[in-house]
Amino acid sequence: MQRLDTEGMARRVAQDIPDGAYVNLGIGMPTQVANYVSGDRHVIYHSENGILGVGPAPAPGEENPDLINAGKQFVTLLPGGCYFDNADSFAMMRGGHLDIAVLGAFQVSSTGDLASWATNDLSEPPAVGGAMDLAVGARRLYVLMKHCTRDGEPKILTECEYPLTGKGVVDRIYTDLAVLEVTPRGLQVLELVAGNTLAEVQAVTGTRLLPPPA
Amino acid sequence: MAEAISVVKDGDVVMIGGFGSSGIPLELIEALRRHGPKDLTIISNNAGVAEEGIASLLRDGMVRKVVCSFPRSRGSVWLQRRFREGSIEFELVPQGTLGERIRAAGAGLAAFYTPTAYGTRLAEGKETRLFNGRGYVMETALHADVALIRGEKGDAWGNLTYNTAGRNFNPSMAMAARITIAEVKQIVEVGDLDPESVVTPGIFVDTVVLQEGLINATA
Repeated sequence: MQRLDTEGMARRVAQDIPDGAYVNLGIGMPTQVANYVSGDRHVIYHSENGILGVGPAPAPGEENPDLINAGKQFVTLLPGGCYFDNADSFAMMRGGHLDIAVLGAFQVSSTGDLASWATNDLSEPPAVGGAMDLAVGARRLYVLMKHCTRDGEPKILTECEYPLTGKGVVDRIYTDLAVLEVTPRGLQVLELVAGNTLAEVQAVTGTRLLPPPA
Repeated sequence: MAEAISVVKDGDVVMIGGFGSSGIPLELIEALRRHGPKDLTIISNNAGVAEEGIASLLRDGMVRKVVCSFPRSRGSVWLQRRFREGSIEFELVPQGTLGERIRAAGAGLAAFYTPTAYGTRLAEGKETRLFNGRGYVMETALHADVALIRGEKGDAWGNLTYNTAGRNFNPSMAMAARITIAEVKQIVEVGDLDPESVVTPGIFVDTVVLQEGLINATA
C-alpha cells in the first residue's frame, strides 16, 4: 500500500487550513502542519499557554525563556500577535472561538470519539493537558495520525478501547492512507492516498468505511 | 525571600504558577524547599522536570498531593517515582478546567459547569447536567493557602506585569489564594507602571519579592 510519510501527512492537512483561520496545532506531528500552509494564506496560530499569532522558532541566541509553545519549544510572536492568561486561552477553546484544532490520537471511533490522552497502563501518572478542552471547543476537530499502530493494529475502530478525550468530537481523520470524514451515517472516505484501493484501506480499519463520493 | 516564604505551614495548599519552563517562580520554590514544610498540596499545571522546581519539592518528600494537568513532560522523574511508589495522592484535571477552577475561587464562585471531559473517565463521580441538549460536568472552585507566582515588574502595591507567555496561570492563581507572593525581575516605584500595562492589580498580591539569584533562574 502507498503510505504518506510524516511530511506528506502534514502537507495534506495544511491544504485544508483556510485563509484567515484561527488554528490550534497539537504537540508532535500536528505542529508540523504550520510548515506547509501556503504562504499566501494568513493563518493565526493559537498556543494554549496564552499566545495568538505564534511564529517560527527564534534564531539561536534569540530565545526568550518565557516564550514557548504548548510543546515547550521556543517560538516567536508574529506582528499582530498577543499574549493572554490561561483563563482567556481556554475561553477561546471552550467558547468556540477557534476555527480548527489538529490533534494526534491513539484511537478514533466511527462516531468521532477521540482517545488521545491515556492508554490502559496504570503504572504511569496520566497526563491530559489541554486536549479535552480543545476536543469539545474547537469548531472543527481534525485528527492527524498513522492509520495503524506500529504493530499494524487498526487505530480507527467502532468503539475506542482506550479512555476517551471527548465523545463525538472528531470531524475528520487524516492518516497516511486516507482522509475520512465523520458523518451521521458513519465514516466516509473523502480520499484515498493515490495507488490505494478502498478494499486495502478497509482491511486495516477496525470499522466499516463508506465509499468515497462518486 | 526566606521571610516571605515563611508563611507556608505544614499541610498547606500551595499554588505555583508557570507552564512548562515559562513563568515559573523558581526562586520562591527554592526558598520554599529550604524552608521545608511537609504534607503540602501542590497545584500547578506541570510537576517539574529533573531536579528543578516542583520536582525538588517531590524529591525532598515535602509533598502529600499533586493537582495538575500535565505531569509527563520529558524528565518529570520525581513525580513518576513518587506516583509509582504510591507515596503521593495525584489528581489529574484538564488544563482549562484547572485554570477555571482556580479563577472561580478567585472570583467568589463555588462551582461551574463545563463541557470539558463530559463522557470521559475524568468526569466519573461528578455531577453532570444537560443544557440545551449538551452535556456538562460540574467542577468546584480550587482555593489555596498560598500562591507563588512570577511577574516581570512589580511595585509595592503588588501591581504586576508579565513577560510574554510567562503570565499563563499566574494572574488567576494570584486571585485564588489567601496569601499571594510574587517573584519579579524588577521592583519599580508605585506610579511607575503604566496603568494600561498592569495585568494583575495589586489587590490580589500580598508580597512582592525581587529575584535575588537564589538559583540559576531563567534569565
